[in-house]
Amino acid sequence: MSPVLSVQNLSVAMKGASGIVPVLEHLSFDVAQGKTMALVGESGCGKSMTALAIMRLLPEDFVVTSGRVLLDGENVLAAAPQALRGLRGNKMSMIFQEPMTALNPLYTVGDQIGEVLRQHRGLGRRDATEQAIGFLKAVQIPAAEARVHAYPHQLSGGMRQRVMIAMALACKPKLLIADEPTTALDVTVQAQIFDLLSELQDDTDTAIVLITHDLGAVAELADDVAVLYAGRCIEKGSSQEVIAHARHPYTRGLMACVPHLHLGPAAANVQRELEEIPGMVPPLGARGAECAFLPRCAFAIDVCRAQPQPPLDVVDAHAAVSCWRHREIAP
Amino acid sequence: MNLLIHMTKQAANAIGLLLAVLILNFCLIHLAPGDPALVIAGEMGGASADVIAALRVKYGLDQSLLHQLWTYMSKVVTGDFGYSYYFNEPVVNLIGQRVPATLYLVISALVLSIFIGTLLGVISARKPNGWLSQGVTVISLAGYAAPVFWTGLMLLLLFGSVWPILPVSGMSDVARPKSGLAHLVDVVQHLILPSITLALVFIAQYSRLARVNMIDALTADYVRTARAKGLPEFIVIGKHALRNTLIPIVTVAGLQFGHLFAGAVLVETVFSWPGMGRLVYESILRRDYPTLLAVLFFSAVLVMTANIITDLVYRLIDPRIRSGPR
Amino acid sequence: MSTMEAPRAREPSALPSRPAASPLAAMLRQFGRSPAGVIGAIVLLALVLITLLGPTFYGIDPLDLAGAPFTPPGADAWLGTDYLGRDILAGLIYGGRATLTVGGVAAVITIVIGVTVGALAGFFGGAVDTALVKLTEFFQILPSLLFAMVLVTLFGQTLTTITIAIGVVSWPTAARLTRAEFLRLRNLDFVKASRAAGAGNGHLILRVVLPNALPPIIVSATLAIGVAILFEGGLSFLGLGDPNTMSWGLMIGQNRNYVLDSWWTVTFPGAAIFIAVLAISLIGDGINDAINPRLRKRG
Repeated sequence: MSPVLSVQNLSVAMKGASGIVPVLEHLSFDVAQGKTMALVGESGCGKSMTALAIMRLLPEDFVVTSGRVLLDGENVLAAAPQALRGLRGNKMSMIFQEPMTALNPLYTVGDQIGEVLRQHRGLGRRDATEQAIGFLKAVQIPAAEARVHAYPHQLSGGMRQRVMIAMALACKPKLLIADEPTTALDVTVQAQIFDLLSELQDDTDTAIVLITHDLGAVAELADDVAVLYAGRCIEKGSSQEVIAHARHPYTRGLMACVPHLHLGPAAANVQRELEEIPGMVPPLGARGAECAFLPRCAFAIDVCRAQPQPPLDVVDAHAAVSCWRHREIAP
Repeated sequence: MNLLIHMTKQAANAIGLLLAVLILNFCLIHLAPGDPALVIAGEMGGASADVIAALRVKYGLDQSLLHQLWTYMSKVVTGDFGYSYYFNEPVVNLIGQRVPATLYLVISALVLSIFIGTLLGVISARKPNGWLSQGVTVISLAGYAAPVFWTGLMLLLLFGSVWPILPVSGMSDVARPKSGLAHLVDVVQHLILPSITLALVFIAQYSRLARVNMIDALTADYVRTARAKGLPEFIVIGKHALRNTLIPIVTVAGLQFGHLFAGAVLVETVFSWPGMGRLVYESILRRDYPTLLAVLFFSAVLVMTANIITDLVYRLIDPRIRSGPR
Repeated sequence: MSTMEAPRAREPSALPSRPAASPLAAMLRQFGRSPAGVIGAIVLLALVLITLLGPTFYGIDPLDLAGAPFTPPGADAWLGTDYLGRDILAGLIYGGRATLTVGGVAAVITIVIGVTVGALAGFFGGAVDTALVKLTEFFQILPSLLFAMVLVTLFGQTLTTITIAIGVVSWPTAARLTRAEFLRLRNLDFVKASRAAGAGNGHLILRVVLPNALPPIIVSATLAIGVAILFEGGLSFLGLGDPNTMSWGLMIGQNRNYVLDSWWTVTFPGAAIFIAVLAISLIGDGINDAINPRLRKRG
């Protein structure tokens, strides 16, 4: 079965005063129907840019410099404006990090959900509102008949994110991109939103790209995971495999930051050293060809400095990693 | 219900402020150098000694100041703003005759400036560094710096002698019919130049304001959401971004109604437009103080009304103000 | 994730190498980088120099009947004469003195009243604030030009009255601005610290809060000069200028009835006002940019 979404060799760069600076380099991954792919990494590593590039919503100064994004075999990046509008909100949709600002404060939530249906399904205002109530119920908003006339400022953050989800799923898209959908919410609400997403996915068979730095969510929701660091994919595989046998020092570091996830068998002293990752993601424009994690890596040796970052090395059917020393670190 | 309470508060506030304006007027009459009776009569109004004596009795000018204030206020409340000896008419009648012309001018200029200003701002915001955007910056600087009476005079020169296609004086042509469609066309033709002159100043400000706010709105998350929903560009801009852009413009337009009115005084004088501004000019020329002070009061009434309307429009556009959190 | 990240990343390396300078010097340096502001400053300086030094080089008195009425611009009078035969160029030179002086002094009055009212309201809050806000609101519902006209009509057409009238009607904008700044600043830690250290209210207002509220007030003061010049023009245009002192507004006001026969009599003084106000608002923009460099692109 061909994947719903196939991202191939995607690169994004920022046009600055000092020329073009790469933000995302040669990213490839596939997501099949009903499956969830998680993109993981610290902020500034290119996760959101990936999402925006897929939706073709990159901010003005950012450009795609290479690659294709195939949605059901159609290259989104080459779609004409008209065709692109037909895809957005319809075959692919997105929910954003900040439910506080992602909804227009001046229109009712019913109007904003109905808008999608009026646009893509040609529904009239009344029918669209009718259906919007149904979707509000589906995302478990109580008193949906009344809330459909509410304005965003009258709803809590969690409810607004539910509205965003209702809006995104209104046209039964093949692909849903969720860009840190719970970061701005309370911890208890976070779990509810993740549960809701996975329930809805079971019903609709939507493919999901989940962008998160929450490895707990990855373990729970994602089938596959790609770990990004400084715009490069440094490890990827099935989420079970990656969580059980993290191979890249950065992934292992991330893992060690999450208290309830346990690393697979590795040298005990290694784990302690990595409990928090020292330093910061290198800023844009300060990234050379060598491994970007190098300055923070406890395992760095001469080859890491002398050679450019290695390509993703397929370890087995479920995992690939980009590290010179992965065999020594996680044999 | 919420709205009713709010409106009542607004009305009470308005009445309080207007009473204060009356007190100010009273104080001005008495603080001005010279005989208050003369001030009330109007220096060059040609009021005879009898009239002055009558005024002294009427306003109780030999009584205590507080008593005089009371007399003045109670007259005003019954609509008696004094008598213009120059125009030979009660001041209230004079103002009543002049208000419509001023409203035509002010409202047409307001509509024109909001519409064109927003349009220019929105178009230029889409390419913040394009030539149109630079043009809007230049226009808004120039529109701000050019004195409105001078712009008016320059247009008057242009259309009065160089290129006489538009009437440059008055409100209608003596030779044309005084009723029906022909009259309307006539008045609209006369309105064009004054209205554009007055609007230019505000087009300058609103285009700049609209541009800044539109640039903000276009990078807002909800606009990105609208795009992510696959909405066509005219809905993204015309519905989602525009309404958010209009809020500050409405606010500023409401706040500036006084400036608009003051501009109208100058523009009416340039184009002999028979409104309150022209009345102001004539009463200054004749030292007709009752008329001048009454115009000050009624302009405050207009500004007050404009503020209340702005508040209502603002509530209409922005639900966050209209309905509190649930 | 924002587009601001890259430029911000460069800044830290640039900062330490600079010597710590006073905020004013830093502002001045920033101002120098704003082409609009620099152009405005040069133009305004040129205008001031012309009005100061002009009489030395151009010996015609602006109130003298120097030639035949309505002489067009040419060899007899470079910029022509007005309806009485007074020289327009002389009027521009001398009139500029009056107009710019009225603008400057009225702006000072505007700012002094506005900052005082705004500072007291914002600093003390409570009943003081309520009362002063009401006062401001009261002045705002009176169309300021109209109010100034009434004042000048009642109290006499002298340059002094005109200047005071303009100042008295224009202060609410500055008051609102100052109040907002004071409200924002009064609860910040450094103010609290000074208060805890025993500073009195006067000291707190003038020496602690005001200096920090100054940047937007400076912009407002600059723009107030332009507004005052426009007001002087408007008043004179309506016949409320000081007939004994030549000013740009007065030239327009006295000649406007003959505009169709002698375009030069109003065009030049109006252009002078235009250029002066334009220069001032460019300076204002420049200062604004210097204060908020991040907003520069938006202007």
